[in-house]
Amino acid sequence: MKTNVLIIGGGISGLSIAYNLAIRGVQDIVVVDKSYFCGGDTGRCGAGVRQQWATKTNCMLAKRSIDFFEKAKDILGYEGNLEFKQEGYLILASSEKEAAQFKQNVALQNECGIPSRVVSKKEALQIVPHLNPEAFISATFCPTDGHLNPFKMSEAYMLAAKRLGVSFHFYEEVLDIDKEGDRITRVITNKATYEVNQVVNAAGGYSHEVGLLAGIDIPVYSEKHEILATEPVAKMQGPMVMSFSHNIYCQQVPHGAFLMGRSDPDVPHDHDIESSWQFLEAMAKTVTHILPPLGQLRVVRQWAGHYNMSLDRQPILGGVAEVSNLYLACGFSGHGFMFAPITGEIVADIMCGLTPFMDVSELSSERFKEKQDFIIEKSVV
Amino acid sequence: MDKSKVILCRCEDISLDELSQKMEEGYTTFEDLKRILRVGMGPCQANTCAHLIQKELAQFLNKDMSEVSVHKVRPLTLGVTLNQLANGDQNED
Repeated sequence: MKTNVLIIGGGISGLSIAYNLAIRGVQDIVVVDKSYFCGGDTGRCGAGVRQQWATKTNCMLAKRSIDFFEKAKDILGYEGNLEFKQEGYLILASSEKEAAQFKQNVALQNECGIPSRVVSKKEALQIVPHLNPEAFISATFCPTDGHLNPFKMSEAYMLAAKRLGVSFHFYEEVLDIDKEGDRITRVITNKATYEVNQVVNAAGGYSHEVGLLAGIDIPVYSEKHEILATEPVAKMQGPMVMSFSHNIYCQQVPHGAFLMGRSDPDVPHDHDIESSWQFLEAMAKTVTHILPPLGQLRVVRQWAGHYNMSLDRQPILGGVAEVSNLYLACGFSGHGFMFAPITGEIVADIMCGLTPFMDVSELSSERFKEKQDFIIEKSVV
Repeated sequence: MDKSKVILCRCEDISLDELSQKMEEGYTTFEDLKRILRVGMGPCQANTCAHLIQKELAQFLNKDMSEVSVHKVRPLTLGVTLNQLANGDQNED
């Protein structure tokens, strides 16, 4: 089967790239995904969207993505409810060192047009009254950060892309990639063989493996991150509460449930995404310390997904030197959902030979070849 | 029968009518429907709706019920408070 563009991965990144290519006039686009709709890491994410980052690149990507989310329903013509809420992220500092770092972060964020600010303990307690005052010394707050339903946002992109002629094939897995010289000629799946002009690797947790099929060793790895959800209750918390030192993010979604997650520094680099009791216990201890009233809530479900980690915790977007018609959208390090709008915009611009809104050399996989001392994003749970 | 008055998922208040509409739109696996309608995500975790929806899917797809998969069962099997989870190790050696 002849196909102009084959996108591997129907998660939010692949969807956004498909939509952005289609609105730039690209025709004959096929998206394949080995699982069901939102079966990968988009459907497993914490549903937060934030702009409070510590590197300029991440700040710029996040700001432009939020600008899109604010208008997404209209732009994409979506009839459903995206459950977008902008009630902020409150990020807790629990040491003087952390507070000093956050002050620098806020200065950088403000430079990028992000309306974050440092808030005192007193003000933080006004924003989220049920915080344990002993658990932090100060905080930062950005009122335009928030929440978005990942399933609905994905559906909005998918339906908009379908209207523009994009085809979606779920339960279709890429098995092999054939090359001639430095070009991919064919992609073989369990259902078809595609003769292709351009290929996108947006395979999330499996992007390294897809890279290997094309003969490249993308510097990313996957690791398990776990989340739990409580029963829904009446609204009691507007913002996402987050702490890097306590290792927690926790928000009440519009539906009423609380979602919370934390990372495990010793987690192996692999594809295990089974739920663990160790997570439940550690998560419960952390959240009942920081947000004590939440101890009354019942946990109804837990699950896990991959973070696809890059060495500097910033995404890898764009072409690669070794394969002339392969484009990457991977290494999001846990933030692919919230960066989806800009991912689609940048990758589609590069593929169409247009000039993206920012310097993309910082996002290319080549950055890891040129230097060893890259700036590492620290604001990651 | 008024399909909008037949409740399939009591936790999330989803009617047969809403289910039929989503099946018509092309969401024809339990995992799809779970993500679009929240069926199976409430306090009972699909203990009530799983086989009802399985039957509706089988009918819609003209398949045997045994050929229609239901959701992935996730922990916990019943709701436990965060306080209980946080303090559960106090009774252990």
